[in-house]
Amino acid sequence: METTSTKPSFWQRIFGKGKTRVETRLETESGGVATEPGSVATPVAAPAPKPLPDTLLNIDLPPNDPLVAYFSSQPGVVELEKLNLDSPALRELNKQGVKLVIPLVNQGELLGLMNLSNRLSDQDYSSDDRGLLNNLATQTAPAIRVAQLVRQQQLETQARERLEQELRIARLVQQTLLPQELPALEGWHIAAHYRPARSVGGDFYDFLQYSDGRLGLVIGDVTDKGVPAALVMASTRATLRGVAIDYAAAQNTTESVVDPGQVLERANDLICPDIPPKMFITCFYALLDPKTGCLQYANAGHDVPYVKRGDTFLELRARGMPLGLLPGMPYEVMEMQLEPGDSILFYSDGLVEAHNPQKEMFGFPRLSEYVASHPGGAALIESVLEDLEIFTGPNWEQEDDVTLMTLEREGNNLTSNAPETGDWRLLAEFETPSAEGNEREVMKRVADAAQDILPASRMEQLKTAVAEATMNAMEHGNKNNPEIPVQVEVKASPKLLSVHITDEGGSVPIPDNPAPDLDLKLDGMQSPRGWGLFLIKQFVDEMNIVTDEEHHTVELIWHLEDMPKT
Amino acid sequence: MATLEATVRQQPHAAVIDLKGDIDGAGESALQKAYADAAAQKPSSILLNFGEVGYINSKGIALIVMLLAQARKSGTRLLTTGLSSHYVEIFNITRLSDFMKIYPDEASALANSG
Repeated sequence: METTSTKPSFWQRIFGKGKTRVETRLETESGGVATEPGSVATPVAAPAPKPLPDTLLNIDLPPNDPLVAYFSSQPGVVELEKLNLDSPALRELNKQGVKLVIPLVNQGELLGLMNLSNRLSDQDYSSDDRGLLNNLATQTAPAIRVAQLVRQQQLETQARERLEQELRIARLVQQTLLPQELPALEGWHIAAHYRPARSVGGDFYDFLQYSDGRLGLVIGDVTDKGVPAALVMASTRATLRGVAIDYAAAQNTTESVVDPGQVLERANDLICPDIPPKMFITCFYALLDPKTGCLQYANAGHDVPYVKRGDTFLELRARGMPLGLLPGMPYEVMEMQLEPGDSILFYSDGLVEAHNPQKEMFGFPRLSEYVASHPGGAALIESVLEDLEIFTGPNWEQEDDVTLMTLEREGNNLTSNAPETGDWRLLAEFETPSAEGNEREVMKRVADAAQDILPASRMEQLKTAVAEATMNAMEHGNKNNPEIPVQVEVKASPKLLSVHITDEGGSVPIPDNPAPDLDLKLDGMQSPRGWGLFLIKQFVDEMNIVTDEEHHTVELIWHLEDMPKT
Repeated sequence: MATLEATVRQQPHAAVIDLKGDIDGAGESALQKAYADAAAQKPSSILLNFGEVGYINSKGIALIVMLLAQARKSGTRLLTTGLSSHYVEIFNITRLSDFMKIYPDEASALANSG
């Protein structure tokens, strides 16, 4: 062999466009092209300096051709004319003038062929040539294999990155569209929690504020996961908003047409034509009149919310198909009167369908019993999540999004007004004008009244809590107007000490400051103020708030039986 | 009601602000003026002596947070002494004690200043 010339872009070709191909040129009559089993070599321009014929091998080598098995088991140079095999590929190679084939085999796997036609000099290949070709093949095959593995890994990494990117988009869509703020309604408390699974499902919740004061509450879940679910969730949310607000505007918010059944019916008709096949949405729509406590609702196949009433639970059942399955479906509308102290838990199937290590489901019975026996509102969300963690164990990989939302009507019972908390005796009752500094007088009089029953170890805590609650009442409730007094009542039962502090800011909600964070305050990211409520909560055993049209009462409770005797 | 009085004493390595009365919203100007006087000499530490303070409310806590923010900006250490056990508890739960060390008496505070 006079010269050998390997194309300079050899490695680029291997790493090239996703398909591994080896092209090795020797100075032969026809270009020597290594063909990958099952693939077809495409023509490539011949390298300088000496032009080679541009006729390149175009050989189909299917995996079941006997030649493949032969080459795989036959290391070293193969002279084609000595082969006697019934092989279409062999006939084709002969036809194209190939004389020598050096199979590129790595660990028994045929990676490609190095094909040579006659030498330009018309002499036979020498044993040196064959030795060189053998050497070349033994070094090339593992190199190709390594290149293939690298390439494969690159593709896998790219696929993984695409998936991650998709998850990021889905999560972004979801988080952008979930409400950034919860509605504030006098006498009601709303709390919500959304915890995405790794693959991000299509859970959503939403609030629609009507101009007549009514509030729409929506919770829904799109089948499927990832970007498709997030997109359907986004369009469903927009459709529901559009339908609900359209109807409200068109009908001047008269009760008959904002009704939740018609909202779902109209939304379903709009969603049906556009939704991708095999996808649908479960959705619960409730409409609250905060003034009366009347809740109207309709359900498009969503998990039935529970109402906690005392130590029992009720279900908000209403018939209706999931959205996006069939147009023209009716949705039953139901109604419930929510009593003071009632609390509703809305949730998604990610909660009830969570599995423990024994493959048991969290399930509806466990949830409904839990709701009945635990405090409602935001505390319920927190404790349900704790219960879920106990159920699933610490190594749980969350299977689906978990969404929880509570709607709670404030109770109208202060602890010291509830008969079951024992016989109460009045220790002090007085009022003081709302003027800065007067909290000290209140603090002193309450401390005097409680002196014989509260241990000295907690007296300073009582003083701070009473002073801070009085300052809030004077400032936020009575606007520091000296003509409006703050009323104070101190009562004790055998087990409890209760202090009521009442102002006349009934309809004005107390600003709910973010939890004070000293680091943020020192960095100027949060006001240096805002410690009052924080200190009160630190120093009492319970705090209750009751409001009516005119009054706002804070009740501070200390448990006497837990305290050390002094 | 006991209006806040705040007086500054210069010590070799620190300025001491003696506080007397109540620390509430009304004490803001007295406290700020005393702090400015104490900081004028650029001491490495300023000791707040709460020995004669009977009452600190949430607005007083806010004033102390503001002093602490100023001190951190200028690289001055704030130290405290004379806090009753109740206010030590408040300094702990508000995490003020993470940023201003609480000493049982002035001598030990000054021994650690500088």
